[in-house]
Amino acid sequence: MTALLDIAELAKRFDVGNKRLLHAVDEVTFTIGRGETVGLVGESGCGKSTLVRLINRLLDPTSGSIRLAGTELADMRARAFAGNPNRARIQMVFQDAGDSLNPRYTAADAIADPIRRLKKMSGAALKSRVEALADMTGLPRELLTRFPHQLSGGQKARVGIARAIAVEPELLILDEPTAALDVSVQVVILKLLQQLKHELGMSYLFVSHDLNVVRLLCDRVLVMYLGKIVESGPAAELFADPKHPYTRALISAIPQADPDKRVGRLRLGGEPRSPIDPDPTVCRFYGRCPRGEPRCSAEMPVLRTVAPARQAACHFA
Amino acid sequence: MTAVPALAVEDLSVEFRTRSGIVKVLDHVGFSVDKGETVALVGESGSGKSVTAFAVMGILDPAGKVTSGRALFGGADLLALSERDLAEQRGRELSMIFQNPRTALNPIRKVGQQIADVLVRHGGATRSDAPRAAVEMLKRVRIPDPERRVEAYPFELSGGMCQRIMIAIALACRPALLIADEPTTGLDVTTQAVIMDLIGELAHESGMATIFITHDLALAAEYCDRIVVMHAGHVVEAAPARELFAHPRHPYSAKLLAATPGETVSLAELASIPGGLPDLRRPDLPACRYSGRCERRIDDCTKPLPHRVVDERHVVSCWNPL
Ligand SMILES: Nc1ncnc2c1ncn2[C@@H]1O[C@H](COP(=O)(O)OP(=O)(O)OP(=O)(O)O)[C@@H](O)[C@H]1O
Ligand SMILES: Nc1ncnc2c1ncn2[C@@H]1O[C@H](COP(=O)(O)OP(=O)(O)OP(=O)(O)O)[C@@H](O)[C@H]1O
Ligand code: SF4
Ligand code: SF4
Ligand SMILES: [Mg+2]
Ligand SMILES: [Mg+2]
Repeated sequence: MTALLDIAELAKRFDVGNKRLLHAVDEVTFTIGRGETVGLVGESGCGKSTLVRLINRLLDPTSGSIRLAGTELADMRARAFAGNPNRARIQMVFQDAGDSLNPRYTAADAIADPIRRLKKMSGAALKSRVEALADMTGLPRELLTRFPHQLSGGQKARVGIARAIAVEPELLILDEPTAALDVSVQVVILKLLQQLKHELGMSYLFVSHDLNVVRLLCDRVLVMYLGKIVESGPAAELFADPKHPYTRALISAIPQADPDKRVGRLRLGGEPRSPIDPDPTVCRFYGRCPRGEPRCSAEMPVLRTVAPARQAACHFA
Repeated sequence: MTAVPALAVEDLSVEFRTRSGIVKVLDHVGFSVDKGETVALVGESGSGKSVTAFAVMGILDPAGKVTSGRALFGGADLLALSERDLAEQRGRELSMIFQNPRTALNPIRKVGQQIADVLVRHGGATRSDAPRAAVEMLKRVRIPDPERRVEAYPFELSGGMCQRIMIAIALACRPALLIADEPTTGLDVTTQAVIMDLIGELAHESGMATIFITHDLALAAEYCDRIVVMHAGHVVEAAPARELFAHPRHPYSAKLLAATPGETVSLAELASIPGGLPDLRRPDLPACRYSGRCERRIDDCTKPLPHRVVDERHVVSCWNPL
């Protein structure tokens, strides 16, 4: 299977003044196959949204390569990409559904917009396509005439999803798409994503904090910590047997309704390290890692294969 | 726990005027929160959770109107207070964390200054102490490198960081009542645990009462004392968190639980709730707004809803509960 998306040593550093650089995404490498669903999880602020905005070419990378089916996208300026034919091949559902909708567009206009622009559809065909998309995403048709401020958070999220799948992209990037959804609609959306994957062979990069959802939906999972991928592997194996101490802490913090299941919780102490000019010889997790040994502050662990199909960036994984 | 609740919402009804008619968004909503207690408000999208919060805070959209009810807080009815008295209480006694954190922050002011402003305005710190207090707040919500990050503008922070800034602002003045509208949706579970512990500490130390709006039932069960379930503008069930999880009585609560991905092994096992919320513009809304979707419906269900007490802390509005 040739990769649909091939990311190599991708980096984004923001200038935060006084010659200081914030390493938001640091030399990240991974691939996504056709029809594959890859989950991206990690601490708030670790660089997930920056990474997906680089891939979707809303941000220009500092260095590295982004190839979509063999075509290099990294050299193209973000602005030029808007008019590029590859534009329709990658679509994105944004983290803040509310913010990313034009306040003067009704839900119907918002969904119709990319179809009109990228697929040149209009009139009755456009209208019925919009209605079909509303049905698919579980958005009641009577809400189509409403403006964003008249919709609840979850209703707006559904408009965002309908809009992104409207042009049937090859790669759909979803940045916390289900965060604002209630569990019932979430089920509808997750099943819809799975169905589109089977029918259209769509690939997904799925950013989420809901690890239970990632476990159910994704084939493979990438775990990020402070700009770096610290672990990757098939979803089922990664959840059953996490190799990196951060992944272990993350999985153990999943909320549990059943008090008996809360035993043996890992609570991370210590202060998180700064993403601004981080020390290149210290493990990013050092200081909070329950293990942390002298070697961890003298040598940065690299992402290496620790078992078949599994990688981790820890000296002791 | 005191006998008088910190907040008692009684009989609250809210309508919205829209181009296509009046939408009856809340219908006789009632629940209470004790001092030091955290009560989760759960329910489908559009069930009226945010509108309930806005009504209590006195910040409803101009198209919305409170048509009945009271919100008793510290002896006064918040719904009857003048705009000025309410503004006075907001921020000092009442604090809200909004569902959409980025738009609630001022985009052109450094986040440290925004926290300091709130602290100074409500007497939480002097002008000279405020910057240090702001750094301290960032540290408490686990933002790395707080000394430098106070200098950041909202656009320079991640979604979850903005959310934590909003939490820091809301908690800065140690409010008596916190309304948190999905405050942790943008946070990973380890950071979420830190925030929930922080809310728990304030509840414990200063008796802060919290209304915690969430879609995450496992989160509600782990960190909240009680859960209030809303559906289409009705409170359908209220119970201690653990009890609701173990023995939901309202058919809708049971369905919500069945749609929650927990230990489930595949997507196929999860069931969405059939049907949708009824169109709230209908003049002939049924007494039970869930009846169109309910598998347990009986003849009695057309009568005005009962208020059944399962036990002192567990009530359900249903003619044929589980
Ligand atoms: N300004 C308005 N005009 C008309 N209807 C409105 C307005 N504001 C909210 N509504 C409607 O009121 C209902 C309740 O909305 P609310 O925002 O309280 O839902 P919610 O329970 O918070 O949902 P979510 O979980 O999606 O945030 C929804 O059907 C919504 O469309
Ligand atoms: N325009 C910017 N200028 C400076 N720093 C930025 C900018 N955008 C993002 N950052 C920083 O980059 C880092 C990564 O942010 P990003 O939004 O990618 O995180 P995230 O993993 O998506 O977090 P969350 O889960 O909270 O959404 C953060 O430290 C953030 O403050
Ligand atoms: S390298 Fe050391 S500090 Fe880093 S994750 Fe492994 S044990 Fe922890
Ligand atoms: S009152 Fe009747 S229709 Fe309504 S939830 Fe109960 S059983 Fe179902
Ligand atoms: Mg993000
Ligand atoms: Mg809401």
